[in-house]
Amino acid sequence: MVNFLIRRLLAAIALLIIVSMVTFAIFFLVPRLTGASSADLASRYVGKSAGPQAIHEVEIRLGLNRPVVVQYWNFVKGIIVGAHYDFGPSKVYCAPPCFGYSFINQTPVWPDLLDRLPVTLSLAAGAAVIWLVFGVTTGVISALKRGSAVDRASMGVALAGVSLPIFFTGLLSLAIFRDNLQWFPGAGTYVGFTQNPATWAANLVLPWVTLAFMQGALYARLTRAGMLETMGEDYIRTARAKGLPERVVITRHALRATLTPVLTIFGIDLGTLLGGAVLTEGTFSLPGLGKFAIDSINNNDLPRVLGVVMIGAFFIVLANLVVDILYAVIDPRVRLS
Amino acid sequence: MAAVGAALALALAACGGTGGSTSSSGGNGKFNEGITSVVNASTKTGGTLRIGNAVEWDSTDPADTYYGWSWDFIRLYGRALTMFKTVPGQAGLQLVPDLAQNLGEHSADFKTWTYKLKQGVKYEDGTPVRAQDVKYDVERTLDKNTFPDGPTYFGDFLDTKGYSSPYKDKTPGKLGLKAIETPDDNTIVFHLKKPFAGFDYFAMLPATIPVPQAKDTGTNYKLHPVSTGPYKFESYTPGKQLNMVRNTNWDPSTDPNRKQLPDRIQVQIGVNADDLDNRLIAGSADMDIQGLGLGAAAAAKVQSNANLKKNADSAATARLDYVAISSSVPPFDNVHCRKAVEYATDKQAMQTAYGGPLSGGDVATHLMMPLIPGNQDINPYPSGADNHGDVAKAKQELQACNKPNGFNTIISARTERPKEINAALALQQGLKKVGINAEIKKYPTGDYFKLYAGNPEYVKKNGLGLIMMSWGADWPEGFGYLQQIVDSRVIRSAGNTNLGVKDPAVDQLIDKATVTADTTARGALWAQIDAKVMDDAYIVPFLDEKHLLYRPPSAKNVYVNQGLNGYYDYAQLGVK
Repeated sequence: MVNFLIRRLLAAIALLIIVSMVTFAIFFLVPRLTGASSADLASRYVGKSAGPQAIHEVEIRLGLNRPVVVQYWNFVKGIIVGAHYDFGPSKVYCAPPCFGYSFINQTPVWPDLLDRLPVTLSLAAGAAVIWLVFGVTTGVISALKRGSAVDRASMGVALAGVSLPIFFTGLLSLAIFRDNLQWFPGAGTYVGFTQNPATWAANLVLPWVTLAFMQGALYARLTRAGMLETMGEDYIRTARAKGLPERVVITRHALRATLTPVLTIFGIDLGTLLGGAVLTEGTFSLPGLGKFAIDSINNNDLPRVLGVVMIGAFFIVLANLVVDILYAVIDPRVRLS
Repeated sequence: MAAVGAALALALAACGGTGGSTSSSGGNGKFNEGITSVVNASTKTGGTLRIGNAVEWDSTDPADTYYGWSWDFIRLYGRALTMFKTVPGQAGLQLVPDLAQNLGEHSADFKTWTYKLKQGVKYEDGTPVRAQDVKYDVERTLDKNTFPDGPTYFGDFLDTKGYSSPYKDKTPGKLGLKAIETPDDNTIVFHLKKPFAGFDYFAMLPATIPVPQAKDTGTNYKLHPVSTGPYKFESYTPGKQLNMVRNTNWDPSTDPNRKQLPDRIQVQIGVNADDLDNRLIAGSADMDIQGLGLGAAAAAKVQSNANLKKNADSAATARLDYVAISSSVPPFDNVHCRKAVEYATDKQAMQTAYGGPLSGGDVATHLMMPLIPGNQDINPYPSGADNHGDVAKAKQELQACNKPNGFNTIISARTERPKEINAALALQQGLKKVGINAEIKKYPTGDYFKLYAGNPEYVKKNGLGLIMMSWGADWPEGFGYLQQIVDSRVIRSAGNTNLGVKDPAVDQLIDKATVTADTTARGALWAQIDAKVMDDAYIVPFLDEKHLLYRPPSAKNVYVNQGLNGYYDYAQLGVK
């Protein structure tokens, strides 16, 4: 088990390094290969009226004139030991892990990422619990009541959930439950958990449910399909033949096998969400990592985009690592392999 | 995809906000009433003014901001030397003293401008405002490395003699810029290297909002600018929220232009634009800070509902949407080929692409619009009764250009601007009728001027004959509006906004206008410049933009300030 964990951890670290290289290359190497000069890159960080001299000064100051390899090394070095930036009136020290410096907003990237992270964590965690519980439960019930009205109705709702875009269901839910019924008057704003837990939860109910509606639909269909397949297996028949109660057959035998692929998808989905639920955060005006990513892309703020990509990759890798470990709990055969 | 999105949004708007309409449909206003008068007038104090912002500030630092809405909002926490009169209608175009006692006194050659500061104006901490603090902020704006976003007017006109930043300044008090003198705490004198009769407009810029050197934290100053206005920062988290409270050291007796009615002002940043429209209509937000008007879904809903429409204003702006014709790209080096495009353009279809008359704007026939003093309504290239284009005239010009069967060219537009893309498509269709076949090329907005359409070498090399363009005035006056798009001397190697107007006669007229003190005579000169550029057919104007603004009944003292290019005036708002 320890070997298994060490192997997976090393692979995760290697993957993160590769992601950082590829991301860095996309933003800083590809433009050069396509003909843009370092002055062109620098021109993004000066005002719209800046002349060639001002652009050149920025180019030197930001080190954009240096070889890309050197720039990458400085980026990595900043993560490990921090970095110093000299901007106008004062020198700025960016403490490790320094994921670069936003030259447009003139702030280090890492504190901004940490500032946005609780919003995304709040959104993802709440929605994940809802969609997992409701999605799997609905899937199991549908499978057990195959062909019934309950099955057809729940799968119809699931199909709607998968089909409707979140910017539609989100705005619709705000219009109905906030503006018309006024059940959640604070929806569309974020209040930190530590500030007021009750308001935090009340304001997040709509984004949680909206996001869970879309994701849960997928899990319901996935669980249903898995359960139907598993319930036809020989060992289920054997379990019944042994005289085990139906509840035990379903929960201990059928559901356990069905959960393995569900867990795989859940790991990837949760990891992706933690990197920023772009549409949900945008629709509900939540200042999380997804909104941060979109704003950074719109502002051409490459260091920030790089930071979000890295943190997103980290969570995906982490979630997959956790899933791999949970596999070993659910399915003992994994440990042998 | 976009069409599906629009359809969904429209469906959503149709079903959303019904319950809230009880509050949103209240009020005693009439459609467009906010353009000519103060709607929901009130002097009651208290409450929280809830403002939504779909984007983020470029900066809240007075030295580093260039957004029009930011220049409007900044007056709540900063006082410049002058400002536009805070009244509805044409009177709003008039400059009045703010921090200064009077408008500037100038030397005979318009190169020296003197302002005397009012007595008794204080910062939020109770310390008095000094002329040196005004000078210090102007010095800060010269440091484009630290504050890249603000305009460059002071750097362009002041005789800086190489002075680049107060942060490199070794003189005591960091006031080493010789081009500005402060003979005493209440007097500031600007020395220009070239004459400029409209300097009072420069004095209106946020750059003249005083910054106490002892409180300057450089790039972090934006987190808490020291207030001289009726409100001060309580807390500000970029990207999230700005909270402001009353500035108890603001003295209304020194400031007849602002009110201090709400107890608090709360700006939520990063609000979904469609949701913000819904909040305004439902009454759960009082103002959209960006002032760009309602989105398509909400605009459709408001226009079709009389109870909502009475709370809306279709406000004229000082923004023109036009097609710049690249005179360096053949065959547009021939004026007749340019004129053929002028006649063939289907302006009505392009207006529709921008949202029609109420939320898009009026068909434009020349550069200046009614908001700009001196505006003369001319139409040198009539494009038919319905503005669909005059095919016969266009063909005549093509004959004169030796291209009777038309020619091929390229239209450039910005990828992230769907209205602009749709207008380019309408332009393409109109030109096709006379044999001009145009291919549309899309470019990223962020690099549009620096790398592509504003880069003369790229334009010529890649044959961008027709460039989709949108231009808003820095302030509604000839210089603040036209100079950057028609003066050939501002053309550089990249980052241009003058996309092809190269006429020495125009440059001479600009020089004449900048030394003309009489505002009527100056306006007439800018009208001449407008006519000259149109005569040379460098620009095809097609839309004087209007924005369909919504004012919830909860917002008091609401009116459009023409001096602020058609935004609601934030300096007098209340909520009680």
